Amino acid sequence: MSGDHGTHNPEPEPYPALRAKALESLLVEKGLIDSGAIDEIVRTYEQDIGPLNGAKVVARAWSDPDYKRRLLANGTDAIAEMGFQGAQGAEIVVLENTPQLHNMVVCTLCSCYPWPILGLPPTWYKSAPYRSRAVIEPRAVLEEFGLELDDSVEVRVWDSTAEVRYMVLPERPQGTDALSEAELVNLVTRDSMIGVAIAKSPAEVA
Amino acid sequence: MSTDADMQIANMDGEAALPRSNGELVFQAPWEGRAFGIAVAMNEDGLYSWREFRDRLVEEIAAAGEDATGATYYEQWLASLEKLAIQRGFVTPEEMNARTEEYASGERDDDHDDHDDHEDH
Repeated sequence: MSGDHGTHNPEPEPYPALRAKALESLLVEKGLIDSGAIDEIVRTYEQDIGPLNGAKVVARAWSDPDYKRRLLANGTDAIAEMGFQGAQGAEIVVLENTPQLHNMVVCTLCSCYPWPILGLPPTWYKSAPYRSRAVIEPRAVLEEFGLELDDSVEVRVWDSTAEVRYMVLPERPQGTDALSEAELVNLVTRDSMIGVAIAKSPAEVA
Repeated sequence: MSTDADMQIANMDGEAALPRSNGELVFQAPWEGRAFGIAVAMNEDGLYSWREFRDRLVEEIAAAGEDATGATYYEQWLASLEKLAIQRGFVTPEEMNARTEEYASGERDDDHDDHDDHEDH
């Protein structure tokens, strides 16, 4: 429900907002948490941490074969090399898409997601239909995202957990040999790193 | 280290423009951000493991059934967090109800929703 514009009276706060305030104020009062720390976390996730981090990781992997090897061998460490950390202790595993294999990621039970490199998940990722259908009929789901894969391509669906979160390394688009790492970043979308899309072509971003 | 890439934020289209993440607001309302931040802060302070929180979130989402939508996701998140805080003895249900009532009635009114860029310690 969206609020009306132009009313004089402030709208009463929704019940969950009151509940969140109550919880925060009690925890602060007891010295268990610090409101400044919460401000900082919210600001960081709203402003600093987002899919651009993952796009930088992908562009590096496309440009530097050694980095790509490290990334596929140990995603958490290779991502930390670029300064991106903080997955609540979870390991990050990077899955390489190839002409024969397409990986896509879901969290069937809730919303586990590689926050340090993709930010917080989009609404559809948290929705019941995506969570259930990605496993049952991945190709149909991919088609709804506009991605039609050849029958010869194997589709693998990876279910994230509290301990392991996945990021897809999309295929490097054709015709990008001359692009710099910084230019490649523009081709990498959030959806391509969840595996529900492929990376953009240079023509699409031109 | 990556000034060039950072510069490109400005050039990215709506999909990645800040502070929206790929065209979607990260939080639909300020309280969602607070609920998120409290959970992460408590975990970072070692008050519980992320797995404990995640397990409760999974239960909460399962209990909400297949009708669950993104719209109520942070309500489920907050309910999980509150249950965990109560189970761990950080707060009591009575305290929570009393404090919620104080905010609802206006008896208590502070302004944590006001996100100024003041300097934090």
